[in-house]
Parts: sequence; C-alpha cells; structure tokens
Amino acid sequence: MSDEERYGCALTNRLGQDVLHPTRERYLDVAKALTDDGYAMCVDVTAVDYLTHPGRALPDGIAPERFEVVAGFLDLKGRRRVRLRVQVPESDPTLPSLFDLHPGTEAMEREVFDMFGVEFTDHPDLTRILMPEDWDGHPLRKDYAVGEIPVQFKAANS
Amino acid sequence: MTDLIARTSEGGQELKARSEVTAAELMREVGAVLRLSETEAAKLGASTVADVDDEALDADQTMIINMGPQHPSTHGVLRLMLELQGETVLRCKPIIGYLHTGMEKTGEQLTYLQGATNVTRMDYASPLTNELVFSMAVERLLGIDGDIPERAVWARMLLVELNRMASHLLFMATNGLDLGAVSMMIYGWREREEVLRFFQKVTGLRMNHNFIRPGGIAADLPAGWRDDVLRLLDLIPPRLDEYDVLMTGQPIWRERLQGVGVITPTEAVALGATGPILRSTGVAWDLRRDQPYLHYDDVEFDVVVGSYGDSFDRYAIRLAEIRESIRIVRQVLDRVPAGDYRIQDKKVTPPPRGRIDESMEALIHHFKLFTEGFKVPEGEVYVAVESPRGEIGCYIVSDGSSTPYRMHIRGPSFVNIQTLPHMMRGSLVADAVAVISSVDPILGEVDR
Repeated sequence: MSDEERYGCALTNRLGQDVLHPTRERYLDVAKALTDDGYAMCVDVTAVDYLTHPGRALPDGIAPERFEVVAGFLDLKGRRRVRLRVQVPESDPTLPSLFDLHPGTEAMEREVFDMFGVEFTDHPDLTRILMPEDWDGHPLRKDYAVGEIPVQFKAANS
Repeated sequence: MTDLIARTSEGGQELKARSEVTAAELMREVGAVLRLSETEAAKLGASTVADVDDEALDADQTMIINMGPQHPSTHGVLRLMLELQGETVLRCKPIIGYLHTGMEKTGEQLTYLQGATNVTRMDYASPLTNELVFSMAVERLLGIDGDIPERAVWARMLLVELNRMASHLLFMATNGLDLGAVSMMIYGWREREEVLRFFQKVTGLRMNHNFIRPGGIAADLPAGWRDDVLRLLDLIPPRLDEYDVLMTGQPIWRERLQGVGVITPTEAVALGATGPILRSTGVAWDLRRDQPYLHYDDVEFDVVVGSYGDSFDRYAIRLAEIRESIRIVRQVLDRVPAGDYRIQDKKVTPPPRGRIDESMEALIHHFKLFTEGFKVPEGEVYVAVESPRGEIGCYIVSDGSSTPYRMHIRGPSFVNIQTLPHMMRGSLVADAVAVISSVDPILGEVDR
C-alpha cells in the first residue's frame, strides 16, 4: 500500500522532502495516522500567507487558499521526516488543534494564531504569545505593513 | 497602582488564579503530557504536589508571583508566573514575547544574501548555527547544496563545532552563576572568550558573524588558523577537568542538581523537546548522527545520553558534548582541503574584490548581487540541523524573487521552554532557578 493510499491524501516529494496535502477535514486523521505510524514528535507548526503569491505548485485536487498551515513531523526511530500542508481559507481561518496528539504544539499554534490569525479549535489556551494581548492585527499577514509603530520622540528635531 | 497593573498586564496570557482555572486549562499545563483524563487532571490540579494535603489547599494558601522578566536567573527576559505554596512551586507558566522584534517579518524584506545577518541575531549564543541552517535551506532551494566546495563544508563544520563549545561554555558559566558557584561564571566566560577570539580572527566579529552564507563562507580561513585552533584544543580540555573538580564531583553541586527538574522520555517527546533535554532522558537523538548533514557521517563522535532526565544529566551532557566537539574539531583539522571557499557559481557568488578594480562588468555584477540579490526558484523547503540547544529548523518559501516569501525559524529554545512547567511541578523556588538554567533558553531565539 502506498503512502498516498494509507494516509488518504496527496503526497509529493520535492527536493527530497515528503509533503502530505490533507484537506482541512482530514488534517487530524492524517496527523493521527502519522503518529500511529511512528512519527512521534511534532517538531514544528507554522503558517504561510499566500495572499500575494497565489499560483504556487500544489498537487491535483488541492485548491489553493490564502493561508497554509505547515506542520512538521519526525520519526525518531525510523529517522524520517514528513510535512503536512493544509489549506485554510481566509473566510473561515480555523483548523483543529494538534494539542491532544502532540502537547508540544501548544506554543507553536499560539504563535500561528498570534502572527496569522488562524484559530485552532480545541486549543486550551489560544491567546497571543509574542505580541501584547491588546495588539491589533496579525503581523505576519501579507496585508500587514512593515514598521508602522509611531515614534515616541515626537518633540525631537529631525 | 491599578493603572500600572493594567498598563503592564498581559491579560489573558498570564497565569490565572486557582479559583478561575478550569480542568481543561490544567490539562494544558500537566494533564495532556501525562495523558490524563480531564477528571484526573482536575484532581491533579487540586494537589499538584504529592505531600500537599488536598483539603488544606485553597486560594488563600497559594500565591502567584512573577519571576522575571528582569530576574538575572531568567537568562534575559523570560517571565515566569509561579503559583507557590510556601516555597513549593505548584504551577508555572512562561510568558514570552518581551524580546519580540519581528525577525521573521524582517526576513521577508531582506534578500537571501542579507538574510544571514538577520537570522544570526536570533540565537545569539550560537550565531553560526543559525547562519548554517539558513544557508543550507537557501542552497537546497537553489539546487546547489551538493556543489558547495569541500573546503567550505569542512570549515563550516569547524566553526559550528567551535560554536557549540562556546555556547556550552557559556552554559557552564551561567549554570554555575545561577546555582551560586559565582567563580564558575568567570571561568566559563574566560574559556568562551578564547573561542570567540578565534571567531574574531576568522570572521572579524565575536558574535553575529554573517560568515556562513549561501554558497560557502564569506572569506577564506586566515593564515595560521590551524595553530590557533590547536592552541584552543590544548587550552580547553584541562580547564574542563578543572570544572569536574569544581562542580561535577562536588556534593553541594550534586545536591542542587540531581533529581531536580526530572522529565521522562515520553514527556520530552510529547513536548517536542530536542537537544540535551531530550538526550538527558535517554533518547539518543542527535541530528548530526541521525540525519547527517555537512560531513558529520565522516567523523567519529559519540552521542551522549543521560539516564535520569534531571538537571544534573543535562549539565553532564553539555560538559561531555564540549569534549565530543573537541574530538570532532581535531578530526576536522586534518581534513580541511585546499581550494575554493565559495561556490564558483556567478549567480550566487560576487566577483573577487581584485576584479572589481579592473572590470566594469565585475563591478556591475557585484553591485547587482548586493542590491537586487539573486533570484531563487519557486518552492518551499525545511532544513534542520543540531544546534547546541536542539533542532533548529529553517522553513523558507520562495516565490521566485530575490527575497524569501516566508522565512520561519523553528527555534529549539522556543519549544524547549514548554518543558518548564513540567520540570518545576512540585519543586522549590530555588530549584526553579536550577531548572531554568538547565533548559538553557536563549530568549532572542524564543521571541525572535
């Protein structure tokens, strides 16, 4: 049985790295299947905002959306790595949390929420982690401009 | 006063009082890793320490205090909210972000050549590792990862291993300081400075070198570098033996560390902890051996593991890793070949300085490379290497332009500090200091 059938989602291999492309509905199932398969550690959860770069390469049947959450898994025994790329639409930026499977994703998912505004359902403590609690906007989104903090020293001659 | 609290408060990010905590939140703190059900977690929350009487514990007897962000033992600006009963830590929550400067956002504005200056400032105790992982990711995207000249690859290994020594020596210093062995701070710093002096000679800077760049290294190793390294290798091992006398064998030192901040292999894997924390639990996982990069499969070294998962194991592993790094450096010394130190691909490498004075084309080429940068083919890649603190990963998405579309660094410290609440549960405040120290977080990397 090929990996593609086993996990029930498209599998690509570019630059020597395996990438699975589950749908949002299948995301947790695939993560669970990976865990059962030996991928015991979730090393990384991050996201990309594809607002200004919509035409990226995706396997057939995967419709590109604005956000893409990327989760990396590591199999310590088999010395393997695999990456999940999940499309998350702008209109409803939510995704189930991996917390129950991998508690170590707690901080990483909070970071994605903080930086991209993607909400993780069933996350026990979805608050901002790097930015102050009362911050407006999500800094790593592409429509969030760089450097717009008012300068404090207004009185100084420039 | 209330105004001050409101202005400095982090609101929902903070540790909530016991009366407001739900079982689900306790799960976050302890239950999820221990694989408890919600009811079990609630029970655990009522008495997080075995010898605390359940009935006696109510809100009046515990208090929440802040440790940091300006506490010297928090290694920068880590803020911990501790719930204490007397001297015992019941719950703990790390609050981070005080050093957040949006480096990943900045990384999207800088070209691939400038990018290394940015990432090198993340984990400032091992800057060369950051540059290495970034450069390797860019090279993978460019498809030139197999064409890097041998001299550059071996020089990278040399520098990264020396950096591991410098970083662990810094740990020796701060760990000693945190536990009251103040003279240890001076000794650790002294040895680290010797390594940094070598870096200064090679790269021009003590830290934040921007020396390992996509395509190779920025300049050739200076004349006499071998003698300098040999001097270092003669100097440091006897000093490490002194550390053994000063710390490893000392009953006080052992009392302070043994059995403190214990973490099990299951917990460490579940929390994504890597590096010495994972290895202290007995899991032999080291990317240098298990997913080799550079020429690590051509040199001999041991992956040092602990057996108890306590602070002493983490201390001993780091001390042993300095010795292993010395072993690697000795092997590298004989194997750095002559030749190019940068890939001779005109797309990535600027023309040599001498050519610029002679050739208009070379000048234009040089100017273009440093203003516009080079274009990187579309794609995304994740590359990971073993930093002194664990797995440092770099995820780059390229849209085909000369700046990364997205540049993400998976910082080992950022993930590792999640183990703090587990290690501290039920320990004393004084032990909390030992635990933070043994995790060895670098806040520049935590907050990025």
